[in-house]
Order: sequence, then C-alpha cells, then structure tokens
Amino acid sequence: MSGKVMVKGTEAIAEAAIRAGCRLYFGYPITPQSELPEYMARRMPEKEVNGVFLQAESEVAAVNMIYGAACTGKRSLTSTSSPGFSLMQESMSYLAGAELPAVFVNVVRGGPGLGDIQPAQCDYFQATKGGGHGDYRLLVYGPESLQEAVELTVKAFDKADKYRNPVLLLADGLLGQMMEPVEFPDFSNLEKLEKHSSWALQGTELERKAHKVTSFNIDPVGLEKMNLNLQKKYAEMEKNEKMYEEYMMDDAEVVIVSYGTIGRIAKSVAKMARNKGIKAGVFRPITLWPFPYAELAKWAKKETKLFFTVEMSAGQMIEDVRLAVEGRCPVKFYGRMGGMVPTPTEIFDKLMELV
Amino acid sequence: MTYTERYKGPKSLTPKEFTYCPGCHHGIIHRIVAEVIDELGVQGKTLMVAPVGCSVFSYEFFDVDGTVAPHGRAPAVATGMKRARPDRIVFTYQGDGDLAAIGTGEIIQAANRGEKITTIFVNNAIYGMTGGQMAPTTLVGMKTTTTPYGRNPANEGFPIHVSEVLKEITGVAFLARTKVSTPQDVNKTKQLIKKAFMAQINNVGFGLVEVLSTCPTNWGLTPVESLKWLEENMTKEFPLGVYVDKVGDIK
Ligand SMILES: Cc1ncc(C[n+]2csc(CCOP(=O)(O)OP(=O)(O)O)c2C)c(N)n1
Ligand code: SF4
Repeated sequence: MSGKVMVKGTEAIAEAAIRAGCRLYFGYPITPQSELPEYMARRMPEKEVNGVFLQAESEVAAVNMIYGAACTGKRSLTSTSSPGFSLMQESMSYLAGAELPAVFVNVVRGGPGLGDIQPAQCDYFQATKGGGHGDYRLLVYGPESLQEAVELTVKAFDKADKYRNPVLLLADGLLGQMMEPVEFPDFSNLEKLEKHSSWALQGTELERKAHKVTSFNIDPVGLEKMNLNLQKKYAEMEKNEKMYEEYMMDDAEVVIVSYGTIGRIAKSVAKMARNKGIKAGVFRPITLWPFPYAELAKWAKKETKLFFTVEMSAGQMIEDVRLAVEGRCPVKFYGRMGGMVPTPTEIFDKLMELV
Repeated sequence: MTYTERYKGPKSLTPKEFTYCPGCHHGIIHRIVAEVIDELGVQGKTLMVAPVGCSVFSYEFFDVDGTVAPHGRAPAVATGMKRARPDRIVFTYQGDGDLAAIGTGEIIQAANRGEKITTIFVNNAIYGMTGGQMAPTTLVGMKTTTTPYGRNPANEGFPIHVSEVLKEITGVAFLARTKVSTPQDVNKTKQLIKKAFMAQINNVGFGLVEVLSTCPTNWGLTPVESLKWLEENMTKEFPLGVYVDKVGDIK
C-alpha cells in the first residue's frame, strides 16, 4: 500500500486494473468515462507498466480485441458507457460461452437511446439478466465509493481468472466523475498471475495438442452439456461470490435497498429517519449478480414494515427485491430517471410519506 | 517416393476430414495455408482465428491453437491476440460475407493499423453457409436466394472489390488476388500466401491474400462447371495480381 491519493473515479479504476496486472486495454471513447482510456493511453506505455493501450474503431471491435487478448490467457480490460455496452453484447455472450476471463466497466448514463451523459442506473437489467443472447451470467459488481471500486476492480480480475468468466463493474456516472482519496494496492507480480496454460491459445511449441477456444457446439446434445457445465459454474458463483453490506440493520423496521452511489446516499437517509424515530437501515447489494436473495429475504419478517427500493431508474433492481421478499412485506419504490440524481432529503421525504 | 508419402497431408492440418462440399475450394486453400505454415516452420507459434461461415470449422482442421470469432470480427480478435502476444504468428481465415459485409469495418481498420497479422480471404461471391444468399461480392445479374431475379445494381449496388479498396491503405504490406483453379494457380497462390505471412514475420505490416473460390452447391453448378464459371466470370470482375508488396524477395 502506498498511502492515499486524490483521484477521479474512472482513473482510480484504471490504475487499480494496472495494479491487478492488466497490461492490455482496448476501448472506444464515450462520455462519461473517456478519462479511463485517456489515463490508459498515458499510463500503459510508461516503463513501470509496459502495457498495451489501443483505441479501437468501435465498441464492437474493442470487445472482440478483448476476446482475442483473453484467448491468450492475459488480463485485459475495456470500459464504456451504456450505448457502447449495448454494442458489445453479441461478443459478451461469446466470451461467456467460450469461458474467457476479462473485465468490463460500464459507467452507466441516462437512457434510452443516446440518452444523456448524466449518472444513471438504468442498465441494471442488461447487466444482470444477460444483455446478450443465450443462458449466460456475468459476475456484476456495483461499487458505492472509489475505494470500493478500486478493491472490486482487483477482485474482478481475480474472479475472472478463477471462473474463466467475464466480470462487469457497473458504475454510475457519479462514481466515474467524483474525486476521492483512495489507497491503491501494490503492483501484482505478473509472473505469479494465472497463466491459463491448460487451455489458452499461446502456441503449441509442438509440445502439446492444439488448444481450441469456442463458444459453440452444433450438436444439441453437446451444446446442452456445455450449457449444463456453465450453469454448474454459475451455481458455484452464486454460492461463493455474493457480497452485500448491511447498515444499521440490527433493529431495522424499514429496509432501504439500494446499490452503487445511491446505496451510499441511502445511508444518510437512514440516519435522517432514525433522527425522526424511524428504525431504518440499509441493505446494499454489492454483487448485483449473484444477487443476495437469501440474505435480503432474512429481513422479510414480521417486524419489518417496509422495503423501500431507491434507484436511478424506473425500477429495475426492485424486481429482484420482490423476488427476495416474496410478498411477505410491502415493497415500495422511489426512482429518478434520465440522469437526475435524487437528494437525500428528497428520498427521505418520500420515505416519510410511506411510513 | 511412395504414394502415401507424397500425399501425406501437411503437419499443420489435423487428420480430420473436411466438411466442405465436393468441388469447393476451401479445402485446397486450407491445404496450401497449412503447407506454408509447415515450410515457414511456425506451426508451434501460430494462432488462428476462424470466421462464421462455411469455414467455421477451420479451427478444427488446422493443427494450431485456434478460436472462432463472432461473424466478421476476426481481424479485431486477431488484433487482440497479436497485441497480447507479439511473438506469435496470427492469421484469420474469412469468407466474403464475413470480411466484406458485416466485417468491413474491422478489416479496414486492422489493415490501416498495419496490424501484424495475415488474412486469408476466400471470395466465392455468395453466402455459402446460410444457403446461397447475396454476398457483397455477388456479380451483377447473378441469381442468389435473396436476388432471385439477379443482382440489380440499382437496388443492391455493385460487387465490392476488396483488394482494390485495401491497396489504398498505407498499413498494408502485402496484398494479392489469386485463384486455385489449376495446379499452377495453386503453386502461385502458395507463394503469395507465404509472402503474406512474411509480412508479419518480418514485422512489415498487414498481409492479405484474396482467393477467388467456388461454391458449386449454392451456385447450382457441378464442380467442373463451377471452375469454368469462375474462370469466365469472376476473374473478369476481380482481376488477379499482386496489389501491394512491401515484403520484397523471400528465400
Ligand atoms: C451476427 C450474425 N449475423 C448473421 C449470421 C449468419 N451467417 C452465418 S455465416 C454467414 C455468411 C457467410 O458467408 P461467407 O462469409 O461468404 O462465407 P462462406 O460460407 O461463403 O464460406 C451469415 C450471414 C451470424 N452467424 N451471425
Ligand atoms: S456451401 Fe459452398 S462454400 Fe460452403 S462448403 Fe459447400 S461449396 Fe463450399
């Protein structure tokens, strides 16, 4: 650890990726995350890093460059914002099908369409329910702060390697643009990273059978088997990888459920509510997939008066909250869209109306 | 030399039987690419990217590490590989739908970056795998399942000339259009493919060889008729020759 430094969100994620041993970045500029590729363009050629930065001609090309780089077993990163992530979806599905490790960052902006460049959480469905075709899953992290984003970026690379699966960091524009002091981890020893020599495309050197990386099987029996293996892996991820934070939940009668920067704002709201004598707490999913259903369901008990889901969307994660609660308690929603960020007072007022 | 010695396949091909139709040139092209890899002694260092198209299974036929790119994206996938492993030989094998329709952007940009990769471009003027629809290279008047009255330039435009487009791009180090209709053609094409590989081995730039090829199945012709049709029609629309050569003489 090297002490705290003030950095911008996108740059914190970029530097964290480098610390994690990522030496390959491919991407296409899009606001509000262009500082990330710009940081990589400066940083990758530096002697201490000695990595590759390449501006792709499109997000379609970028994700396929990631596919190629991941085939060699090396750590690679791309970042984008909503419309760009939509363009990547065909190949996300290929990466998942071919079981390739890679890390993606989507700094979500207001949608649909070209939308705007303000913070939003309207890509939750796309991130967690499969934006591309086929039965596949991404491990999805939703950090609330820059420090958490740094830690989750490093974790994302480790988990991508561990599960041979793409991992997505779902950040909203607030996180991308804010400045905060963060502490970076030390540089990983590149020699010690997983080499994936048992399957990666690195050249046979005439010493082993050729490796083949594909995302398909034209025999339906074989393809079902491939799918069953993927599902087994996803079940393993569901078992081991759930992350969430509980804030003032011990005696909570009102459970605010929010993720990312709204999860952070929700903590202030809970404090405001407690000042008014309302026992509020916050349940903040950190992994959006796998979603911590059982852990949230634990709070769907007699004493709980209300689940209050707050998002910068029309209500997307709330569907998972309802799945967890299974009708045992009321689940209400407040959201802003189009890049409008709700203030703590605004959320608090809405909460007071409901209780 | 005994018969079996002489006709032993190249080391860079697996013993797997080709899945191509009788009279299809994909198989011939595979063989000469494999022979080139053998002769250059790079089998152990080569990574290949197969397309989506009839040659989707080429990754199984070449005895080198390989993958299949999403339709049209092989040059981007190969770019990622080569940037990750500049010490490897990376090639893509692509059809005309893959390279000149859905993947036009990727091939032009990879060529423009002077990406040190080699592309084998098989132009059969039709979509083979999906059952004979129009390709960007389909000839004017040619009937396909999506141009049942013949390709009409007023509606579908003219056949695209990939080599002529790419020759304007500075990053291209070697570029040729050829065919494999006769044994002489095959020998010549082999030399051209070798040069396209030398372009990356010598770190000069991007190399591509466009091979005019048959699709008897979807042309609705016999293999012999197909050869004749290629000679009489395709070579007129797509002139053969070396378009760019910055590699120079090779041993
Ligand atoms: C995104 C996407 N769009 C369409 C297809 C369907 N498709 C598969 S192969 C192909 C065309 C192949 O033609 P070509 O590249 O000329 O190769 P050939 O089969 O003739 O060798 C198409 C349209 C696909 N697999 N993926
Ligand atoms: S459909 Fe055409 S291109 Fe495909 S294998 Fe048959 S002859 Fe060759």
